[in-house]
Amino acid sequence: MKLTVNGTVHDVDASPDTPLLWVLRDHLGLTGTKYGCGEALCGACTVHVDGRAVRSCVLPVERLQGRAVTTIEGLSPDGSHPLQQAWARHAVPQCGYCQAGQIMTAAALLEEVPHPSEAQVDRSMATNICRCGTYLRIRAAILDAAGES
Amino acid sequence: MNAPQLSRRGFLIGSVGTGALFALGAGPAHAAGKPFVPNVWVRLEPDGTLHLTCNRSEMGQGVRSSIPALLAEEMGADRARVRVVQAPGDPVYGDQNTDGSRSIRNQYEMLRRMAAVARTMLEHAGARQLRVPVGEVASVAHEVVHASSGRAVPFGQLAAAAAAAKVPHPDKVKLRSDIPPGGWDLPLVEVDEWTSGRAQFGADVQRPGMLTAVIVRPPVLGAALLEVDDGAARAVPGVHDVVTMPVPAPPYAFQPLGGVAVVARDTWTAKKASEKLRLRWSESPHDDATWAADLAQMREQVAQPGTPRRQRGDAENALKRAANVVEATYVVPHLAHAALEPPAAVAEVTATGCEVWINTQTPQRTRSLVASRLGLEEDAVRVNVTYLGAAFGRKSKPDYAVEAAHLSQAVGRPVRVQWLREDAMRQGYFHAASVQALSAGFDDEGALTAWRQRIASPTIGSTFDAARHELRDSELGQGLSDLPLAVPHVSFETHAVQERMRIGWMRSVYNINHAFAVQGFLDELAHHRGVPLPDFIKTVYGPPRVVSADELGVPLWNYGAPEGEHPIDIARYHRVIDAVRERSAFDAPPVEGRAKGFAVHRSFLTYVACVVEVSRAPGGGPKLERAWVVADPGRIVHRERVRAQLEGAVLFGASVALYGHLDYQGGRVRAGNFREYRLVRMHEAPRSIDVEVITDGHAPGGIGEPGVPPVAPAIANAWFALTRERVRELPFHPPHA
Repeated sequence: MKLTVNGTVHDVDASPDTPLLWVLRDHLGLTGTKYGCGEALCGACTVHVDGRAVRSCVLPVERLQGRAVTTIEGLSPDGSHPLQQAWARHAVPQCGYCQAGQIMTAAALLEEVPHPSEAQVDRSMATNICRCGTYLRIRAAILDAAGES
Repeated sequence: MNAPQLSRRGFLIGSVGTGALFALGAGPAHAAGKPFVPNVWVRLEPDGTLHLTCNRSEMGQGVRSSIPALLAEEMGADRARVRVVQAPGDPVYGDQNTDGSRSIRNQYEMLRRMAAVARTMLEHAGARQLRVPVGEVASVAHEVVHASSGRAVPFGQLAAAAAAAKVPHPDKVKLRSDIPPGGWDLPLVEVDEWTSGRAQFGADVQRPGMLTAVIVRPPVLGAALLEVDDGAARAVPGVHDVVTMPVPAPPYAFQPLGGVAVVARDTWTAKKASEKLRLRWSESPHDDATWAADLAQMREQVAQPGTPRRQRGDAENALKRAANVVEATYVVPHLAHAALEPPAAVAEVTATGCEVWINTQTPQRTRSLVASRLGLEEDAVRVNVTYLGAAFGRKSKPDYAVEAAHLSQAVGRPVRVQWLREDAMRQGYFHAASVQALSAGFDDEGALTAWRQRIASPTIGSTFDAARHELRDSELGQGLSDLPLAVPHVSFETHAVQERMRIGWMRSVYNINHAFAVQGFLDELAHHRGVPLPDFIKTVYGPPRVVSADELGVPLWNYGAPEGEHPIDIARYHRVIDAVRERSAFDAPPVEGRAKGFAVHRSFLTYVACVVEVSRAPGGGPKLERAWVVADPGRIVHRERVRAQLEGAVLFGASVALYGHLDYQGGRVRAGNFREYRLVRMHEAPRSIDVEVITDGHAPGGIGEPGVPPVAPAIANAWFALTRERVRELPFHPPHA
């Protein structure tokens, strides 16, 4: 199977029903995308498919022929996406495990709604769990990156 | 995060006042151009790069920011030149067990002394080079500076000379006088590793030829494996092997639970094939266990006298004679750590030893357990500590490292064991449920004369001693035997409870149960008396004083800290109570449709008062509006990370209050994933969390855990203030209601 990730076409030798998450992690070595639940409940595995945030843990890789996958490793070449910078300014992460998924969800939101309200941020980010409880800083960092605070 | 090899030559082990290990004596002979390594904490390269060791695990508490910061500040180093070295599991680094909120509180003095040794040696070398008396130089921003002449030598240029000198005894060096008790506002180091996806967690480690294992463990604790039909599993393309692992006998301690492992080329294949295993399990003594029945029995138990654990006066008689008696029973169910990263470990067994990569809180314990399982000397096992995708106590139980080592040995390849979410939810070590019956007696003048508290709760002790079923002193010492009570008649009593799962410590541990019951009940009593809760608590805890073990009537466990250094200080309770009351405008009329609740708790030697404001959530139950936290942890290091821990604690406590409930039926845990075991999400978080940290000269307390216990009772008390509905059984939203 061919799979396009971060602009590179990969030849993947995995069972076609394998969720994208495990292809990224186990076959392509792109471990920035995390496993948290396997049921699209926590958002740790969030990536972009054709620019939209999706939960890669429930997305069979066979459904991705001809589509463009972006992972946290491909969000910006040098980690300078406005959200990544805002995350640093607000010292958002605690353990850090969920943060790639949080950033990917937030990046898709800002693509669609460049200047979201707090309520829109809350609604969009409700897909992503942070067990350490960094929600207030995530919210502030998104609004900051969007130029709203 | 791989540690450069540190030379072990010339290091002797001894003890500083704190009981920590340290390196002593002349360092290895260094030629010019070689680094300066006065002990295992500090390695200064000739180019000025400063490697500082972090001997504790980074699990979100910021220890890779705080330990190096303390070392660097004591050295007078430039933090921009610092590289953090994560210590592998090895006794030369002292106690590496990262739990009990101890990384700073137990190591503060020792770490400063280790850095001061390095600074002193650099200052001697610098003074010699500048030809000035050593008393006239100081270490500032990575240089030894002679202020009066304006001359300075960079640290790096002094590495060779310092390396050739004799290492002074850590107790003999002088500590800086300018280390502020309130620490520093410092950046979060390595934040870009987390935001770019580069940070390596336990499951991220990849080794050449590595296989992945998913394990089916006993569905009910105590069930033995009778029959394995792995034909269908083995037929799945990509499956390498199916390995049966022994099911252990209790006490379970840190033993793997055993079961059947599918070892495959990737996680998905292992998971799919594991679902095709046909396994027959024996009966277990817990086959008929249900939470509902166990809860009913615990409620019956606490209606009866139990084993006396803390007695003063005659509480029974005083309750009989009381003019008014108030009684209530509080319930906290079992809880799951639910760290977002499930347990995962990689092991690579070779002809000569084993190397492990793991998200562990306890690399030394991991090393000895792996060595013992494989029949190796500890020296033949290297345990590398990755980042931890949070832990909350689960990752101080390294059963999963032993699984990985066992499987790597069995299949002759590197193996990663991946716990699925369902495994973590159903077969972990769980926070103990607690049922507590409280009775208070007032005399006819309204004075509180009697306090009786009966507790039924499984003990963590059962995990290590199969005959133990009653709370240990250290468990009662988390908010009950150390509860200040200026009340003449006091009785705390416990009952034995049959545990159904492996019981383990989870962030804040028994403090969660005890603070919920005590602070909720105090709120009931305050309403009964018509007094604001903060005032009522001051009356019950008594006037500012040090509460001795004599006054308590029981030995003070005190989280292992000496009573003299960390007494129960009522004045410190008052400071956090008064500060949070003022900052939250607790006594002002509430905003329409909202109400505030209060709670205060001392745990891990830190005092925390909390106010939560709630309204009614559209779907029922409380919606958190705002929160205020005031903590007095004594001396701190990394001000910003301390605040982050206290903010996070509000959310952790909110999940306990609103959703936390791990129940079981037929001996099986019902929740499998976050659908049933819910955690608070962003839209449920308060709009703001105001944090104030009081830091004066007191010895450092803990910070990772003490923020959690007051949160759930503050929410329940706020809900009562808003609705007059008293919630005595958590959570607000049971999953199977």
